[in-house]
Amino acid sequence: MGQRLERTPSLTDATAAAGRATSSRPLRGVNRAFRRHRALGLGTVLTPPVAWMLVVYVGSLVVLVFSAFFALDGVTQKPTTEFTTDNLTDAVTSASALRLLAWTVATAVAVTAVCVALALPTGFFVAKIAPRWIRRGLMVSIMLPLWAGYMVKTYAWRTMVAPAGGNRFAAEGRGGGGFLASVLGWTPGYSRLSVVIALAYLWFPYMMLPIYAGLDRLPVSLLDASGDLGARPWRTFRSVIVPILLPSIAAGSIFTFSLSLGDYLLPRIVVDGKQRVMFGEFINSTLGAPNQPLAAAYTLFPVVIIVVYLIAMKRAGAFENL
Amino acid sequence: MRTSRLSKAALGAITGFTLLFLYVPLFVVARLSFTRANSIAWPPDGWTTTWWREAWRTDGPREALVNSIWVALAATAIALVLGTLAAFALQRYDFFGRNAISFLMVLPIALPGIVTGIALQSTFSRRIDLGLFELRVGFGFHSLVIAHATFCVVVAYNNVIARLRRSSPNLLDASADLGAHGSQTFRHVTFPLVRSALVAGGILAFALSFDEIVVTTFTAGSGYQTLPLWIFANFARPTSPAVVNVVATFVMVVSIPLAWLAQRLGDA
Repeated sequence: MGQRLERTPSLTDATAAAGRATSSRPLRGVNRAFRRHRALGLGTVLTPPVAWMLVVYVGSLVVLVFSAFFALDGVTQKPTTEFTTDNLTDAVTSASALRLLAWTVATAVAVTAVCVALALPTGFFVAKIAPRWIRRGLMVSIMLPLWAGYMVKTYAWRTMVAPAGGNRFAAEGRGGGGFLASVLGWTPGYSRLSVVIALAYLWFPYMMLPIYAGLDRLPVSLLDASGDLGARPWRTFRSVIVPILLPSIAAGSIFTFSLSLGDYLLPRIVVDGKQRVMFGEFINSTLGAPNQPLAAAYTLFPVVIIVVYLIAMKRAGAFENL
Repeated sequence: MRTSRLSKAALGAITGFTLLFLYVPLFVVARLSFTRANSIAWPPDGWTTTWWREAWRTDGPREALVNSIWVALAATAIALVLGTLAAFALQRYDFFGRNAISFLMVLPIALPGIVTGIALQSTFSRRIDLGLFELRVGFGFHSLVIAHATFCVVVAYNNVIARLRRSSPNLLDASADLGAHGSQTFRHVTFPLVRSALVAGGILAFALSFDEIVVTTFTAGSGYQTLPLWIFANFARPTSPAVVNVVATFVMVVSIPLAWLAQRLGDA
């Protein structure tokens, strides 16, 4: 403690201090009030953040949900105050919307799978095999690209997968395609596969961090015991490592799944705007139609998916491993 | 632990692949910012600093950079105050609805950016009748700050609450036993304890705001451009891939060391 108190305060001092209700120090009264009424302290620290989140965020979300139930004026194309469930019915029965939603969920699952498939062996190597002195350096190197910037990385992947020729922009094709096309001789091009790779690239560190933390905590003796009992490495991986790591994987998937599900800018850029690849694009074009109430109805799909997903992950113990 | 040499080598190879996967795209963009051709084609065509000078002379990226910095600073300041308060409330007190609040904090980054974006956009453009006067938030610097602060709170909150969980509650009792009153304890015990977590959370919140684009497209309005918005508006233009390469490289070169610093401070 920086400031030294001159003498030890005694019970007498405390009583005396209590007697001087309004002392020369105005803070003293405030301090005492906080000490006596715990709820006052709680109210003071809790009110500003909760009020902000409720007024700015939850308020806006609630209004958005309600706006899905307003009819659209056919002439002015503005929402009216007339109540209707047509938007919701339209959204739920739209085959193209549901198909795109299924593709979007599949993409988010694929991204999560790619991240897990890369993070498990990499995490195991860094946490258990690499010499102790380079572990920290390796982890920092793996986490740093996270901060290179969303647009920068999106742009980088467009550069990577650009096919030789056949581009919308002559400038991009000059000299024969992007890095993958000229170095590997193969590129996924502007396709959904590229979207999966680029999204996995973007969110990989979010999966890596909890998996590494989980493996770091895993006692080596447990793996040895499994081996002593005759388990082969694959069996140890399946029956020991994976069950222990499940909460960590769940924690990582909150990011890889949710962020991929909601993304539409990176997909649009990586596929060169040729096709609608993600559901967000659908919401965006409906909003620009302009049909705000129908767009609001469409936003309910990802919102419901994410909320159900978050609750499931909370059950799996993901929130303690974030 | 007994791991065969073969599986060790295989795991090492996968780790090597992961590092290549992470760094090659960044390297490609950085290298292309020095190519003579105005193009994203590989292999690059020689070396030149023309595009760096060109980017520096152009007003667009510089203005966007300054805008991004101001928005991120203001949003970070608000997020730090709100996030720290929330962390203290949840760590020190047990109350009804405690779990709901931690859920509430995560929601703005867990929900798709487009949902947050549309919700805030319609709120900001609405006339809200407050009885005495009408309020309309509108768009520009302030609307971006409000939107960004909302999803940055969670970062500050996470950092501070992690630090509070790790520190012993006995310290506060000890301070009180030694006769310190509430504000002294805060000044000499609590604040020094969370100071580096605040700096780390602040840098992360800054980076999050600086980088955000989806919510930004919905809440910026037409006249205000941030750096990600500038990149988004320009890479599709056939004339400027080279300048976009430069701006992208610049963002990497500035933000990666900052992130490294945040990590160091967070661990301290």
